[in-house]
Amino acid sequence: MSTPASLPAGNGRGLARPPPPARRPSFKAVAWQVLAMLAVAGLIAWAARNAGDALARRNIDVDFAFLLTRAGFDIPFTLTTWASSDSYGYALWVAGLNTVLAAALAILLATLLGLVLALMRLSANPLAAWTARATVELLRNTPQLLQVVFWYFAVLQVLPGPRASLALGGAVFLNVRGLFFPAPLSPWFGYALGAGVLLALGLSRLLPRLPLTLTAGAPLLGATALAGALTGWDLPAMRGFNFAGGWRLPPELLALVLGIGIYTAAFVSENIRASIGAVGWGQREAARSLGLSPGRSMRLVVLPQALRTLLPPLTNHYLNIIKSTTLGAAIAYPEILQIFARTVLNQSGRAIETMTLVLGVFLAVNLLVSAAMNRWDRRLAFQGR
Amino acid sequence: MRLFRALFGTPGTAVLTVAIAALLAWTVPSLLRWAVAAATWTAENRRGCAPGGACWAFIRARLGLFLYGGYPPAEQWRVNLAAALAGAALLGCLFARRRRGAWFALLLIGVPVAGGTLLAGGLFGLRPVPTADWGGLMLNAVLSFVAVGAAVPLGTLLALGRRSPLPFVRGLCVALIEFWRGVPLLGVLFMGLVLLPMVLPQGVTVDNLVRALVVLILFASAYMAEVVRGGLQGVPHGQREAAAALGLHPLQANLTVVLPQAWRIALPGVVNVVVDLFKDTTLVSVVGLFDLMGVVNQSLKDQSWLGLAQEGYAFAALLFFGCCLLLSLAGTVLERRLRQRPEGG
Repeated sequence: MSTPASLPAGNGRGLARPPPPARRPSFKAVAWQVLAMLAVAGLIAWAARNAGDALARRNIDVDFAFLLTRAGFDIPFTLTTWASSDSYGYALWVAGLNTVLAAALAILLATLLGLVLALMRLSANPLAAWTARATVELLRNTPQLLQVVFWYFAVLQVLPGPRASLALGGAVFLNVRGLFFPAPLSPWFGYALGAGVLLALGLSRLLPRLPLTLTAGAPLLGATALAGALTGWDLPAMRGFNFAGGWRLPPELLALVLGIGIYTAAFVSENIRASIGAVGWGQREAARSLGLSPGRSMRLVVLPQALRTLLPPLTNHYLNIIKSTTLGAAIAYPEILQIFARTVLNQSGRAIETMTLVLGVFLAVNLLVSAAMNRWDRRLAFQGR
Repeated sequence: MRLFRALFGTPGTAVLTVAIAALLAWTVPSLLRWAVAAATWTAENRRGCAPGGACWAFIRARLGLFLYGGYPPAEQWRVNLAAALAGAALLGCLFARRRRGAWFALLLIGVPVAGGTLLAGGLFGLRPVPTADWGGLMLNAVLSFVAVGAAVPLGTLLALGRRSPLPFVRGLCVALIEFWRGVPLLGVLFMGLVLLPMVLPQGVTVDNLVRALVVLILFASAYMAEVVRGGLQGVPHGQREAAAALGLHPLQANLTVVLPQAWRIALPGVVNVVVDLFKDTTLVSVVGLFDLMGVVNQSLKDQSWLGLAQEGYAFAALLFFGCCLLLSLAGTVLERRLRQRPEGG
């Protein structure tokens, strides 16, 4: 679906604007506005009075101070510490982190898989193109919720128990309780990885003539090796009836990320394909005649230009992913909607407050990102043309 | 020979070909064995199904539930009749050579009235069927049909309002569109469930279906508005000026000159909104309605058919896939036919 940014606004001027208003507003125009204003105000007042009556009958009022009171429920999966004695307000933060984690992983998956599918679809190899096309059609014509629920109930819930886990190299385990993998023991792991990423980004920027495998691959690999050596590892291992140690991604999170990420990847791949197709053939031919290899002409000439038309729809997909994390409520993943519109609402009965918070969080994120995106898009378009 | 070169021309391509072929050879035969060769088609219950294959007997036993939900079996002919009516009207819109306007009127006015009467009953000696009994794929179809039917006019109004020179009207439309596009559908479905009864006067009850429907209509309208706005932007300004020069009232100019062209330009986007909405109607299963997703979820808890999630969801996916493909196809046909006769119908 189109954002304001993806509309054919061209240079952001001209077509998109409504015609300039008459110098002096006519009596008719003012009358219409006043009429519309009165109608809206009346509707709001009527709804507010009914809501007020309903609240009075139940003897409650609208008060956000309940956020400071003790929550008293358990959250099955958290990134930070959580105790049932913490407040409702803190629960919003904890659930928000879970939403962010799911969204970030799904965005990563959708982008990478989308790029792979797009490149397969564009390749001259008919088998690759056909496979990608069939996959994309299948994915985008089935409901997202169905895919999430399918991953959860039909794939992850029928995995073997901890004793018969699927093991990958003795350190990563997948079973019905989730995905277990080793956790680094010291924070130096994170620092080293971060430095590696920065170095890779900087080198590939500074030395665009060298192959990407050297400028970006070497620092990343080196940093990973260094980080792995610097830290000790907490390995997951069977203790009693379950795994202990390491990090665990619960099946609810895995299903949500796989469902949303793979579904969105189909749409992302179509946008990438269209954007690459929109870069003129002459650009590619010119790059080839300059002696660039196919891979480097793609990376240095085609992709940067494709990025300009890709960015608005891509942002839109990312925003959709953030909104779609609410599907976690269907499989009881503890994200904002599940925790607030289900648990907190049932427990406190504060309908107006919880719904305002939930919708407000998503609305704020969406409006902020759209606004930032529109600004950036205008800048790119201005420089480029 | 050309095919061979395309598949194995360079080392990279050859590796890709082999890798994909290996992947397909690994997955497709085992999938076929599960779905066809080792599958059980007739059985009394779960225990009658062979362990290595799909248990399609479950789908056969529950097919009525998947398609009609709790709709009484003796009355299901009414659903079929309504579906046939809608299908006939749709085909008329797509393929009629003349009087296409009449077919559209039938689809947008006749079908909802006749279909609503047929499904709800209570008139002409038809037994009333409460909406709580509506379910299955039929519910997805009803929700999408009504939501789209209402969202096209509402979305057009919002799009026109967003381009209005009156600042209050424009601001109101922008606020409505941006709100509905900025919140998750599941979130607003919860809101409709919880808050809608609250803002209505005491004693007025709305059943769950209507609550979900109101939310779906407003949600679809916001997306429709943006698509129609794109269409409006594609209509050259000269068209409006020409209409004004002919002495048409702005309303008349919009209805007879600008909107028909805008809708035609917006059609691919409209089809996308329709397909997305049809898929998103599955979300009502989370707020307690028994659409196809909901009845599949419910059937999986059936004691005599436990542990058949793969079959249930695969069948639901197949149904949705087929319906979405048909919708996209109808959109493509309509687009082509409208292009053939640019003077409209």
